[in-house]
Amino acid sequence: MIIIMNINKDSTWEELTPGGTIYDAGNAREFKTGDWRSAKPVFNSDLCKQCGLCFPVCPDDAIPVGKDMARGDFNYDYCKGCGVCAKVCPFKAITMEEEEK
Amino acid sequence: MKDLIEIRWHGRGGQGAKTASLLLADAAFNTGKYIQGFPEYGPERMGAPITAYNRISTKPIRLHSNIYEPDYVVVVDDTLLSSVDVTAGLKEDGAIVINTTRTAEEIRPLLNGYNGKVYSIDAKTISERALGRYFPNTPMLAAIVKVTEIMLVKDFIKDMEGSFKHKFAKKLEVVDGNMKALKMAIEEVKEL
Amino acid sequence: MSIRERLSGNEATAFAMKQINPDVVAAFPITPSTEIPQYFSTYVANGQVDTEFVAVEGEHSAMAACIGAEAAGGRAMTATSSQGLAYMWEMVQIASSSRLPIVMPLINRAISGPLNIHCDHTDAMASRDCGWIMLFSEDNQEAYDNMIMAHRIAEHKDVMLPLMVCQDGFITSHSIENIELIEDDIVKEFVGTYKPAHYLLNKKEPIAVGPMDLQPYLTEHKKQQAVAMENAKIVIKEVSEDFEKMTGRKYDFFEGYKLEDAEYVIVCMNSTAGTVKETIDKLRELGVKAGLLKIRMFRPFPGEEIAKALSNAKSVAVLDRVPLVSATGGPLYEDVVSGMFVEGINVPTINYTYGVGGRDVTVEQIEKVYADLQGLKDMKEPYRFLGLKSK
Repeated sequence: MIIIMNINKDSTWEELTPGGTIYDAGNAREFKTGDWRSAKPVFNSDLCKQCGLCFPVCPDDAIPVGKDMARGDFNYDYCKGCGVCAKVCPFKAITMEEEEK
Repeated sequence: MKDLIEIRWHGRGGQGAKTASLLLADAAFNTGKYIQGFPEYGPERMGAPITAYNRISTKPIRLHSNIYEPDYVVVVDDTLLSSVDVTAGLKEDGAIVINTTRTAEEIRPLLNGYNGKVYSIDAKTISERALGRYFPNTPMLAAIVKVTEIMLVKDFIKDMEGSFKHKFAKKLEVVDGNMKALKMAIEEVKEL
Repeated sequence: MSIRERLSGNEATAFAMKQINPDVVAAFPITPSTEIPQYFSTYVANGQVDTEFVAVEGEHSAMAACIGAEAAGGRAMTATSSQGLAYMWEMVQIASSSRLPIVMPLINRAISGPLNIHCDHTDAMASRDCGWIMLFSEDNQEAYDNMIMAHRIAEHKDVMLPLMVCQDGFITSHSIENIELIEDDIVKEFVGTYKPAHYLLNKKEPIAVGPMDLQPYLTEHKKQQAVAMENAKIVIKEVSEDFEKMTGRKYDFFEGYKLEDAEYVIVCMNSTAGTVKETIDKLRELGVKAGLLKIRMFRPFPGEEIAKALSNAKSVAVLDRVPLVSATGGPLYEDVVSGMFVEGINVPTINYTYGVGGRDVTVEQIEKVYADLQGLKDMKEPYRFLGLKSK
């Protein structure tokens, strides 16, 4: 079976799946979208009250949450820098900074 | 019977000319013939003139055009005679069968110089007597079978009884009326 | 033993669908194909099929529902004509590009306007490059037989393309004629069950169908479709041979009628072929070597085979049942002559537009074409009208 990670822009017609059907579900994990980011959220754990408002609004599941329901630092592999988390944080524990080039 | 008989039906929307052509095709099929039964669809409405066709043959039929030189013409409504050229292309050795109470003297001038055989039948009276309503197609169907001799009348009667019983399984009284209409039509169709 | 019957083309098509017993039929009525879903819904109501009948609100939805059902792993069918096909056109191409072997009878009808409900092939020709296999049928028997063969062709693993079975609106769809039907159990065995390799309702393998396909990929996916269409030629031959073993009825890419020694050849599709055969018999008695090449398989187009079959003719007329409004030839003509060009076969070949909007096609018209072919001196007038009223 052809898996999605083996398909790239140089793949030949023989190497593609018929109709482009994707046979391996849950493959978003394989695509690191963090390099789309132009602004970067920075987490200040001192100000964080673990209120739980930020991680449900993250479109990219880039805020890891432990079994104790406490959040950790951002997963920058997937964070696209949309800033929604910073907007919802009541305690200014997330600040948006320009991405370092 | 000739290898191929072509029949053209003229009627008005709602009188059952199309159904009659399909029933004729059915009956001929049941006697082992190759058949075609098809209407010429136009913008027809109740009362508008319509045309339907039959080909009945001893061999497979390949032609898929309308019929321009029919062996027989059936006119289900004699008011069409003044508005439709019903005898167009009709072969002189064929015949026209008209639902009418008019005489030969009255009918002939309406046939655009056609000199072949003309048969008449009063399908209205037959239908009203046998069925209590005006459905001319059953008597006209019987008349054309009698005139064309495409099958034996007794085979036709038997076949139609079977199909009426199938079609009107829940209204058997209609079967009797239709059978009566068929038999009366076979007796009463006459050459003018 | 086959069953002798008399059915209209629409009845025969609906009857084939009953015997195929698909999982889903989603349809919207349109003249002249309306009777197909109408008959089929009575089979559903009477419990004669196991099909889920989806009465959709339009043809776009009909094809969308078929796409969903087929992608889910079911066998889905619909039926349409003319404006209905035009309305589902967008979805028609989703079906083929997603490689979903949906089978659809197309009862050929003119496309408006001005409004016309009668037969020509404009609907089919406007969809000829949508990636569907397209089979054409001279009469009710061929329509029925093509339907019975359709799933075996479309669902073959090397093909996986949707398939249209075309026949002429009213001329065959509404004409009752003799037909030989195949017993239910034999059809069932011949058609077999649909076992797709990948399908949405397979909980062991969650998949995504119809993804975004940008510049690096679309060309390659279209190449795959083109290869599948090539493969369809092989599969159509195999399935037709199996069908012949079962019924004795022979089908190929095209049918030649008195073609072998023919000097003057007409190329056409659907019901006109019967009228051409009648005309040929008449002309042969007069010593005219007339012949017919009737195309059954229009997509994939057997250009090479057709060109070779025409190579010994003195002149050829291709009849396009579509209006020629492009200042060039019709679609069938262009396919035939490009096949000839590629094969290096140079036989004078002219094009007629005919039978548009249900204009009756007569023996006299066909005789006129053969007369033209016998008198053809040059190619100054390649695109012609047949049966046109003019001053």
